[in-house]
Amino acid sequence: MAAAVASSQRLPPIDHIERTRRLYSSLGYEPYRWVHSASPPELRPLSKPLAASRVALIASGGIYRHGQRAFHHRDDLSLRIIERDTPDAELRATHFAYDLSAARRDPGAVFPLAALRRAEAAGRIGELAPRAYTFMGGIYSARKVREVVAPELARRLGEDEVDVGLLVPV
Amino acid sequence: MAPPRAVFVDYPLGHTSGKPDDPADQDAILEAALRLLEAAVAPGTIVDLDLRWAEDDSWKLPLLAPEPDDERSERHPEPQYQNEEDRRAAETAVGCAGCVELE
Repeated sequence: MAAAVASSQRLPPIDHIERTRRLYSSLGYEPYRWVHSASPPELRPLSKPLAASRVALIASGGIYRHGQRAFHHRDDLSLRIIERDTPDAELRATHFAYDLSAARRDPGAVFPLAALRRAEAAGRIGELAPRAYTFMGGIYSARKVREVVAPELARRLGEDEVDVGLLVPV
Repeated sequence: MAPPRAVFVDYPLGHTSGKPDDPADQDAILEAALRLLEAAVAPGTIVDLDLRWAEDDSWKLPLLAPEPDDERSERHPEPQYQNEEDRRAAETAVGCAGCVELE
């Protein structure tokens, strides 16, 4: 790419929805049907200060741990449980739809488990939950995400007595 | 997605929680997310953190092409390991600790 942009010129955020429409159109596919939520999301205020809250990390992006089965790339609905003290050196990333080079060099680019441990050590959050949950994403059935993956995650977060869930998508 | 509240990071796809090997950047993004949790905002609020990936925005130009490159890889139905050692470790393990299969 030879073109340059002056450092003073700010380009707007990439519109990935519009870009996917262009991509599908150029490939001759049917238009991608994005999920539309009929109602606004439910927002619950914190039930207690963050410094007294148990915070769990939930992330897409295909993070797994060395020794676990990797995700496959065709609508993989499965979850991986990542223990909270898993070292970065044991974390892996796999995905069909994003550049993995940063995630493989430093998982913190998409999976801020180390940053959450630092926030816990600093007393900013009360406690990092005992385990994080990961999945791959890129699941083309919104219905399966809504009816299978999300309720399973919610059930497990309830079992873990989590106060706050931090969702980190790719 | 319709998260209850979110912070937006204007970095290339694959850097949601910060630049690699830059714990200060990752900590700052997490802190911004935590602050939004503490703030009284309307459902669906998205706060643009106004971060810049680089000195200039030229990384966005290829993504704005009329016919974007298809950068996705084939969607194989078998596990796609980061490396062969991972495959060996997983295939010789008994079961898969921490794997939750859902149908």
